[in-house]
Amino acid sequence: MSTFADTTFTTPELIRNFCIIAHIDHGKSTLADRMLQLTGVVEERAMRAQYLDRMDIERERGITIKAQNVRLPWQLEGQDHVLHMIDTPGHVDFTYEVSRALEACEGAILLVDAAQGIEAQTLANLYLALENDLTIIPVLNKIDLPAADPEKYSAELAKIIGCEPTDVLRVSAKTGLGVRELLDEVVRKVPPPVGEAEAPPRAMIFDSVYDTYRGVVTYIRVVDGKITPRQRIKMMSTGATHELLEVGIISPEPKPSAGLGVGEVGYLITGVKDVRQSKVGDTVTSERKGAAEPLAGYRDPKPMVYSGLYPMDGSDYPDLREALEKLQLNDAALTFEPETSAALGFGFRCGFLGLLHLEITRDRLEREFGLDLISTAPNVVYRVIMDDGKEHVVTNPSDWANGKIAEVYEPITKCTVIAPSDFIGAIMELCQSKRGQLAGMDYLSEDRVELRYTMPLAEIIFDFFDSLKSRTRGYASLDYEEAGEQSADLVKVDILLQGEAVDAFSAIVHRDAAYGYGTKMATKLRELIPRQQYEVPIQAAIGSRIIARETIRAIRKDVLAKCYGGDITRKRKLLEKQKEGKKRMKMVGRVEVPQEAFVAALSTEDSGSKDKKK
Amino acid sequence: MDVPSALPVADPAPADGSLPASALDELGSRPFGVYVHVPFCAVRCGYCDFNTYTPGELGSSASPASWLEGLRRELDLAAHVLGSPPAADTVFVGGGTPSLLGAEGLGSVLAAVRQSFGLAPGAEVTTESNPESTSEQFFAGILDAGYTRVSLGMQSAAQHVLAVLDRKHTAGRPVAAAHEARNAGFEHVNLDLIYGTPGERPEDLRASLAAVLEAGVDHVSAYALIVEDGTALARKVDRGELPAPDDDQLAAYYEMVDGTLSGAGLHWYEVSNWASSEAARCRHNLGYWQGGDWWGAGPGAHSHVGGVRWWNVKHPARYSAALARGDSPAAGRETLSAEDRRVERVLLELRLAEGMSVRVLDEAGREQARRCAEEGLLAPEALVGGRCVLTDRGRLLADGVVRRLLP
Ligand SMILES: Nc1nc2c(ncn2[C@@H]2O[C@H](COP(=O)(O)OP(=O)(O)OP(=O)(O)O)[C@@H](O)[C@H]2O)c(=O)[nH]1
Ligand SMILES: C[S@@+](CC[C@H](N)C(=O)[O-])C[C@H]1O[C@@H](n2cnc3c(N)ncnc32)[C@H](O)[C@@H]1O
Ligand code: SF4
Ligand SMILES: [Mg+2]
Repeated sequence: MSTFADTTFTTPELIRNFCIIAHIDHGKSTLADRMLQLTGVVEERAMRAQYLDRMDIERERGITIKAQNVRLPWQLEGQDHVLHMIDTPGHVDFTYEVSRALEACEGAILLVDAAQGIEAQTLANLYLALENDLTIIPVLNKIDLPAADPEKYSAELAKIIGCEPTDVLRVSAKTGLGVRELLDEVVRKVPPPVGEAEAPPRAMIFDSVYDTYRGVVTYIRVVDGKITPRQRIKMMSTGATHELLEVGIISPEPKPSAGLGVGEVGYLITGVKDVRQSKVGDTVTSERKGAAEPLAGYRDPKPMVYSGLYPMDGSDYPDLREALEKLQLNDAALTFEPETSAALGFGFRCGFLGLLHLEITRDRLEREFGLDLISTAPNVVYRVIMDDGKEHVVTNPSDWANGKIAEVYEPITKCTVIAPSDFIGAIMELCQSKRGQLAGMDYLSEDRVELRYTMPLAEIIFDFFDSLKSRTRGYASLDYEEAGEQSADLVKVDILLQGEAVDAFSAIVHRDAAYGYGTKMATKLRELIPRQQYEVPIQAAIGSRIIARETIRAIRKDVLAKCYGGDITRKRKLLEKQKEGKKRMKMVGRVEVPQEAFVAALSTEDSGSKDKKK
Repeated sequence: MDVPSALPVADPAPADGSLPASALDELGSRPFGVYVHVPFCAVRCGYCDFNTYTPGELGSSASPASWLEGLRRELDLAAHVLGSPPAADTVFVGGGTPSLLGAEGLGSVLAAVRQSFGLAPGAEVTTESNPESTSEQFFAGILDAGYTRVSLGMQSAAQHVLAVLDRKHTAGRPVAAAHEARNAGFEHVNLDLIYGTPGERPEDLRASLAAVLEAGVDHVSAYALIVEDGTALARKVDRGELPAPDDDQLAAYYEMVDGTLSGAGLHWYEVSNWASSEAARCRHNLGYWQGGDWWGAGPGAHSHVGGVRWWNVKHPARYSAALARGDSPAAGRETLSAEDRRVERVLLELRLAEGMSVRVLDEAGREQARRCAEEGLLAPEALVGGRCVLTDRGRLLADGVVRRLLP
C-alpha cells in the first residue's frame, strides 16, 4: 500500500515534526506504537509492543535508550499530511538524545502518566523543549488505569505549562483511546517547518549510527534546499566531501527516496565506515554551490561519570579494546582510554553519561562480546590545583596524590526532586547529608512538591537515588543536570589488603564521609573475601593515616578428612574443580580476591544499577 | 575400605577387562593389593553416600549369595587378565558392612581371593565390621579364616551423637567389640571415629577419645563429618533442622584428636590416620596413597594397575549380571598421563607423615614449597632434606597446600 508520505519533497506546509517526551516509563514508546498502527505504517501482524525499541537491551529492560524517528502519513479534514515523529528515551542519562531530537522538531508531546503526575524528567524535558521554542502539547496517558487521576494531574500540568486544564488531552496508549484526536491536534497545533527551498542545501545531522551491513547511517533534518542521491555532499565542520549512496525515509524501516526537501527528516548513507566522519550536530551541504553558514550545532556530550573496565582474564584486553571501539561507533558519549591497575592489570578508564549508561555499556560488552569484566567504583572528574600551582584533571582516583594539594574542584549539579509533600522533611534531611543546598521549592499541587537543590555530582552517583527511593517509599523522582564546579574538602581513601593499597578500591570522598566510606568498604570486603591461609588485615587509610580496620581471620581447615578409599579419580577431579575456582580469583598481592568481591564491593547501591527506572 | 557412590565420567572399559601391556608391565614393581567391596548394610546411615544397599532396596534383584557368585567370577577374570597374578600383599574387605556376611561368609571371600591370587607371606588381611554385627565367635571365626586385622566403625562414644548419625550400636559396644577382637587374638584393631557431628560437644569427643584409648587398639581413623549431597543428613541441614559442621570447630576437634592420640603414643601417618607403630599402619591403605597396584572387586569397586584406573558398575544386580554373561563388570576407566600421575602423587603423598619428595614438583611448585615452609605449612628441616612434609597446621590446610604446589 502506498501513501502520501511515501513520496518526498512534500510541501513544508503539510509537514509536522514532533517528538514525544516524558519521564521514564510514562508510555512514550507505547504511544508511538499506536501511532504506527493508526497511520498504517506497521501492519497489525508485524506489530509488537514498543516496536521502536529495537535493541535487545532495550527490549529486555523495557526502556528506550536511543531516540527513533518515523515518517507517518496523516489526514486531517481530507488533507494529507506528513508527520515526522521521534520517540525519545526518558532516563536522565540519555537526556542528550532528547535534546538532539528536539532540534529536529517544531513541537513536542509532553506525556504524563495520569496515575503518577509530573515527575522530575517531565520537568527537565519540558524545559529543554521550551528552550528550543517548541510548541508543547500536554497529554495525560494511561487514563485506562484505575489509579488514574486526570483531574488532579491536568491541573498540575496546566499550572506548569501555563494553559487551561481543559487543554490537556487524555489518551490511553494501551487501548488507543484519544490517539486519533491527539494526531489531529498535532497537525493543528505544531507549526510547519520553515526553510528556503531555493537556497543552498543545509541539513542538520541529529544522529549517526553504525550498521554492520550498511556502514554509517546518518539521520538528518533538511532545513534549506534539498538533498538528492545524485549529489556529492560536504560536511561543513571538516570540509570532507562524500558521494551519496542512498537517501531515504524511515517508515518505520528505511526506504530509499528521491531525496529530502525542506523540513523533511530522513537518512543518508555515504561510503564512510566511521561515525566520527558524520558528526552529530554537523551541517550537511552540497559540494558544489554549498551553503556558506552552517546551522547552529550541538554541544558534544560530556562524560559525567568515569569507571575503569578490566577484563577478568588479562588476555582479553585486546578484545575489550575492539569491543569498546565498536560500541563507540554508535555511542558518541562513550569515551575510553587505556589505563593500568596494580590490582586489575590492563584496562580502560571509560567515561559515561551516568550510571545507567555505564551499566548498559558493561552489560553489552559482556553479552555481545562475550567478555568477563570488572568495573571499578564510578567517580566524577576533579580539577586539582597542586601547591606548586600545577593543575590536573583527575578521572581516576589512583592519580590523586594526598597532600601537596592546594585546592580541589568537583562538579556540581542542579537537581530536582519531585515527591508527595509528606516526605519533604525526609528529603531535606537526606539532601543535607549529601552536601546539598536548597535552591527552591514549589508545590505542583496541594500535596505534591518540587524541591530544587544544588548538589555535588559525586554524591548523586554514590547512593543518593536509592536512599531517596527508600525514604519516600518509592514515590520520589530525581533529575539532575550539571551546573559547574565548586571547591571542596576532598580526600582519597585507600583500601589496603595486607598493607598494600588496592588501587581499584580507592575512592575520592568528602573528608566528613571518609570514615564512613572506609568502614563500609572494610566491612564489605571482610564478608566478600574468603578466608585465606593467613590472616588478612583490611585497612582504610587517608594517606598514611589508618581510619578503619577489619581482619579476615586465617582459614583453619582446608583438607578433606574422609576416606574415599581407592577412588583417586574423584579426588583428582575435586582438585581440578578447586583449581578452576582459583582461576576465577584475582591475586592482589598474596590475597586471592574473587571476582564477585570486586563486583559487589564496587557496586554502589546506585541510581543506575539497581533501579533502572527513575 | 569403602566406595563412594558418584562415578567419574571417563572412557568405556573393554568388555573382556583386558589391560594394556604398558600397565601390566608395571605389575610386581610395587606391593599388590586386593580390595573386596561388600555392598550390603542393614540400614542406611543418614550421612553415608557409599555404594551400599539395604535388603529393602535390593529386593530380590541381588543377595549376598548372588554377590559372592559374581565376586568369584570377577576374581577369576582378574587372574586371567593379569596373566600370572601376583600374590596379594594386602587384602581389604570393606563396605558396606562386611560383618553382615558372618565369619563363614568372610571366610569364603578370603578363600576366593586365595584361590585366584594367593597370599604373600605376612600378608595383611583386613575386614571392616560394624560393632553390632560382631561377637566373640565372629572374631574367632575370621581369625581362623586368615584375617589379621579388624576395622570397627565406632564413630562416637556419645549416645546422642550416634543417634544423629543413625548408628544402631550402643555407645559401649565398639570398645567391647575391640576387646573381643583383641582377646580373640587380633593384634591389629582399628576404630573409625567421626568428629564434628551436629550436637557433638568437646566433652563428647573427649569421651570418645578416652574410650578409644581404653580399647587399647593400635590404629585409629578419625574423619571430619562430611555432609554429602543427596544424603538424609544433607536434607536435614538444608532444611535447617541440623547445623552444618563449622570448619573452625572441625579444626579444633582435629587438634584435640591429634593431641590426645599422640599423647597416648598413637602417631599420625596420614592426615586422618594414627597408629601405635610402623607395623600397626594399614599397609593396604598405604598402597592407595603411595601409588600401589590393586584389584578392586565387587560392585562399584575401584582398581589401579600401572597407571590405569577403572571402576565397576555400582548396582549389585548389574554387577552379577555382567559377570554371569562372562563380561568384565567395569563401567569406565581412565589411562593416566604422566602429568596425571604426578598430580596424583602430590595429592596423595603429601597427606602422609613421610611426605613427598620435592623432585615430584616442577620449578614453580618448588618455589611454592619454600614459601609454604616459611609460612609454617611445610616442615623446613624436611624440605632441606628434599621432602615436603606437612606441619601440624599444614595438615589442616593440606588441600590448599596441594593447590599451591601444583600451580
Ligand atoms: N495501563 C497502561 N499502561 C501503559 C500505557 N502506556 C504505556 N503503558 C505501560 O507503561 C510501561 C512503560 O511504557 P513505555 O512505552 O515503554 O514507556 P516509555 O515512556 O517509552 O519508557 P522509556 O522509553 O524507558 O522512558 C509499559 O509497561 C507499558 O505497557 C497506558 O496507556 N495504559
Ligand atoms: C563407609 S564406612 C564403612 C564401614 C562400616 N560400614 C561403618 O560404617 O563402620 C567407613 C568409614 O567412613 C567414615 N564415613 C562414612 N561416611 C562419612 C561421612 N559422610 N563423613 C565422614 N566420615 C564418613 C566412617 O567413619 C566409617 O566408619
Ligand atoms: S554402616 Fe557404614 S557403609 Fe553402611 S550405611 Fe552406615 S556408614 Fe555407610
Ligand atoms: Mg520508550
